[in-house]
Parts: sequence; structure tokens; C-alpha cells
Amino acid sequence: MERFVFLVAAGTADGVVFALFALSLVLIWRSTRIINFAAAAMAVAACYLALATTTLTGSYWIGLLTAVLTGAALGAAVERGIMRTTQNPLAGVILAIGTVMVLQALTGILAGPEYRPVPTPFDDRPLSVAGVPTLSPYDLFAITVAVLLMTTLRLLFTRTSLGLQMRAAAFAPEMSRLLGVPAARMRTIGWILATAVGALAVMLALPGDLGLHPHAGDALFVSAFAVAVIGSLDSPEGAVIGGLLVGVLISLVTGYLGAGVAPLGVLALLIAVLLLRPAGLFAGAEARRV
Amino acid sequence: MKQRILLFTVAGLVLAIGGTFLLDPYRNYLLALIAAHLCAIAGLGLLIGRTGQLSLGHAALMACGGYGYALTVNATETSVPGPLQPVLGLAAAVITAAVVGLLLGTAGARLHGPYLAGLTLAVVMALPALTNEIGGLGGDQGLMVAFRSVPESLSRLIALEQWQAWVALTVAAVVLAVLSMVDAGRTGVRMRAVRDDEVAAALAGVHPGRTKVLAFVVSAASAGAGGGVLCFVDSGVRPGGYGVSLSLLLVVAVVVGGTGRLAGAAIGAALVVLLPWLIGQATSAVDLSPELARRLDGNLAVLLFGLLLIWLTLAAPAGLVSLLRRPARRSRTSPTEPSVTPIPTLEKDRQ
Repeated sequence: MERFVFLVAAGTADGVVFALFALSLVLIWRSTRIINFAAAAMAVAACYLALATTTLTGSYWIGLLTAVLTGAALGAAVERGIMRTTQNPLAGVILAIGTVMVLQALTGILAGPEYRPVPTPFDDRPLSVAGVPTLSPYDLFAITVAVLLMTTLRLLFTRTSLGLQMRAAAFAPEMSRLLGVPAARMRTIGWILATAVGALAVMLALPGDLGLHPHAGDALFVSAFAVAVIGSLDSPEGAVIGGLLVGVLISLVTGYLGAGVAPLGVLALLIAVLLLRPAGLFAGAEARRV
Repeated sequence: MKQRILLFTVAGLVLAIGGTFLLDPYRNYLLALIAAHLCAIAGLGLLIGRTGQLSLGHAALMACGGYGYALTVNATETSVPGPLQPVLGLAAAVITAAVVGLLLGTAGARLHGPYLAGLTLAVVMALPALTNEIGGLGGDQGLMVAFRSVPESLSRLIALEQWQAWVALTVAAVVLAVLSMVDAGRTGVRMRAVRDDEVAAALAGVHPGRTKVLAFVVSAASAGAGGGVLCFVDSGVRPGGYGVSLSLLLVVAVVVGGTGRLAGAAIGAALVVLLPWLIGQATSAVDLSPELARRLDGNLAVLLFGLLLIWLTLAAPAGLVSLLRRPARRSRTSPTEPSVTPIPTLEKDRQ
């Protein structure tokens, strides 16, 4: 029972980070109907720069800020430089794959293939509550940051003029342009937001794993994709619930069956959802199919 | 049409086999690798070009073929005469990959959008875990098969590598012929109809889901044949060789050859096998520090492939050949050739 509680607690902490990364996919999907297959590679590249800054200045917080800013800059560059040129979703995926190859090769050449340990600002040993090990201070920090960020994004989209314009540009680009919304700029802002969120998510996820590596984000991307599909690609709320679900599931599978089985758990869940409820668990009724 | 395809295939195969006499053993080995990759690339090209679906998991399907081959050859070692074993192995490779393809296709191919790409990516990421967890697949070490020498009657005439190239070329020729026939036949028309407009195709009596799944199965079977040949050439299969990076390279090869152009697949296959080798030659010729050489090894090729992929997708969606063919006069009004498909639309915008 103690083990179960601990695994669920650890899974919740992981799940919040998955949800945050899945949110980055959902943000881009909503505005452009493209799954950003380069999300992990972009975030990892930003984290390398963050780690360099942390090593240089000695401050974790400056590093974290660097990750977010670099993520945002990369998002703007990739959207303006590469993605802008096509409206075709298949070409979009292929371009994203090209971006992944370029970024992973560059980080491999510049930083080498070693695993680099990532510092944590707080202790990452689990606290005991009534003798049962649960969350660590670092987990609490990650959860707090993720929840704050998700709340901010929700407020941005529901309460501000910018959020309204972004939703309008994503929903009906032609119409919103006629009404004076700079739709292209809204797309770029969507990408910037999404990639900054993605960089932050990978930054929060890293210390739990082996460390920073050119391919460190690959497994996280697959989990986040599963989360986004489970929560239906369109829904931020779905991403949050799906993230918690997948996080707890992976944690339980890892804890009881071994770390090697975790990717199989994600795969099985993804296949099950696609076969049984392909639109995601939280999709609303489809109003129009064509 | 069928007779023309058969004629082309036989003529091409005879030419290619004749060509192996001009190459030294190592280059024949490379040729065998190219032919093995060509099977998978042609299959993936059919999937991307004719149905607009993207698979990032064709490396895993190649691995399925490799494991199917290895398991069958090892199981029939005592009961079946020697020369028949590889044939059975290759058949098993194709069947294994096709069955896995059917499962994946049913889960992902019926849907719109990027589901299939994400699902197949999850499969290829889970491949090492699968080989570790399922008993009998040998874990990280993979499976070995008995080494196969040149048949008695040919052993005076040709070296081992040349024999391997012959087998690989023959399999590739069969795969290409089958894919061309599928493409030229009724199924090919259905696939194009579904790609261009699912609703119109459904109204015309074409079942979109079934057509997409069928295309994925055909494509998976081709990849399985390629994996079986690789296992034959390398006398074994290891999960490490079939990772995400190979999957992405296969996509690069398809885009380089021009999506939906079977002949272009050969150029793509040659590029993904030869470019890393050429870069390896070039970096070892230049005097580099061991650390830098280690970092450049592999990464430099991936960097070039990534840049090539982005550039081609933006500048020449019909593949590298289209740039060579019509360098100056690519006017906007000139109609595209019917055989060349620019990158098709993945899905209709659902708004």
C-alpha cells in the first residue's frame, strides 16, 4: 500500500509535466492543425542553452528563464522560417521531422553524446507523510509552476483580447482577417507560447531522468503525444486529465513491472484509445465531418 | 500494363545483376544494403504518395521482417533443406510485417490527421522494450542466423558479397514489381481517390478506411521484405539498428526520390546508404581530433539529411529528380506530369 501511494504520488508529479508538454502540442494543433513533431527537439536545444547559462552564472533561475526565452525564440524562428511556407499538414509534419534532424544533429555535434546532469533548485528526495514517502520538494515546485502556467494560459485565452484574437484566428482565419485580426501574427504568437511552454516542461522533466542528452526529449514526446490524443488534440482540459492518467499509469507500470515495460504501456494505451475512442476520451460531439 | 511492368522488372534485374560484376566485394555489400532499404522506401513512398499517410515506424516494420526471417530460419534449421530456408524466411518476414501492419493500420490509418505518424513513432520507440520483454527475441543482442555461403554451383564464379547482392536485388525487383502493379491497378486508383477527396470516394463506392488500411499493409509488407533481406545479408537482426533515426532516414529517402515515384525510391535508397559512408570516408581523410571525429560521426550525415529534407519539401516537393529534369523552365502554368505527385494533403481542413 505504501508503495502504491508513493507510485501514485510520483506519477502525479510526472503527469503534470506530461500535461504541460502535451499542452504545448495542443496549442499548436489548435491554431494550425499541425502536430509539432519537432517540439521535443526544440525544447531540448533550449535546455542545452539553459544548462550552459546555469553553469556560467551558477543560478538555476537564470537558466530556467533562458530555457523559456530560447524556446520562444526557436518557436518564432521555426514558424516564420519553415512552417509559414506551407498550409499542407503532411508537408508540415515532414518539415518538423527535418527540423528534428537538424536540431538533434547540431546538439550532438556541439555538445557531444554524453548525458549531462541537470541541477535542481530544491531537494528531490521524497518527503515522508506519516511514514509513507510521497512527493519531493522538487515535485511540489514542478507542480506549482505547471498549475500556475496552465491557469495563466486559461486566463489568457478566456479573459484577454489577445486570447480571443488567437482563438478567432485559429478557428476562422479568413473571417478574422476580414475583421482586422492579424491572423499570421496570431499564429506566430501561438507557436511562441507553445514552444516556450514545451521548453519549460522539458526543463522540469529532466532531473527525474538520466540527464540532458540530444535525444532526451524523444520518450517524453511520445508520452505527450499519447496524452494529447487521449485528451483529444483540441482540448487543454483533456491534456491535463490525460497527462495525470498517463503519468500515474507509467509510474505504476514502472514500479510494478519494471522500467523497460513503460514504453509498452504507453503504446498499449495509445492503441486502445485509437481503436475504441479515436477522437479522444474528452472530445465533444462532432458537429461536422467534412 | 502488367506485361510492361514485368518486362521492365526483368530487364532491370538482369542489368543490375550484370552490374554486380563491375563492383568490388565491399561495394556489392553496399549494393545489397541499398536494395534492402529500397524495398522499405518504395513501400513507404507508396503510402505517403498515394494515400497521404505518414509512417514514422517503418524501421520497426523492417525489424519485424528481420525477426520473422531469423525465427523461421532458426526454427526450420533441421527440418527443411538448406536452400529453401531463406525463401521460407523471407516469406515469414513479409507475413510478420504485414500482420503487424494490419494491427497498426487498423488503429491509426482509419483516422484523419497525424495519428498514424504518432502511433508508428510510439511503436518504433517501444521496439527495444518489446524485444526485451518478449522471450525468444534475444533482447538487446538480437537474434543471429546461420551464416549462408554462396551456393555450390556458383561458388567458383562469384564472391559471397556478390551473391548477397543478387538475392537482395531479386527481392527488391519482386517488391517493386508488386508495388507498381498495385499502383497501376484498381487499388492504386482507389488510394488516389481517397487521398484527394474522402467523401467523394466514399460516395463513389470506395471504402476509405479499408483502402487506407490496405495501403498500410502493402507498405508494411514491403518494409518486412527489406528487413528480411537485411537479416539475410548481416546474418542477424538487432533492435539497435532499427531506431527512430532509421525511420526518419526512410522518410528522407522518399522525399528525395519524390513522393509517389517508385523509380525515385532507388535514388533515395542509394543516398541514405551511401552518404553516411561517403561522409565517413571524408572525415577520416581529414585530420580531426578524435573527440570531434566522434561527434561528427553520424551527426553530420543527419544534419545534411535534415537540411535536404527541409529544402526539398519547400523547393521541390516532386523530388530531387524534378530539379534535374527541368532546371530553368518550371513555369507556374505547366501542368504536372501525372506520374509525379507533389506532397499530398494529409487531411481536409476540418473547420
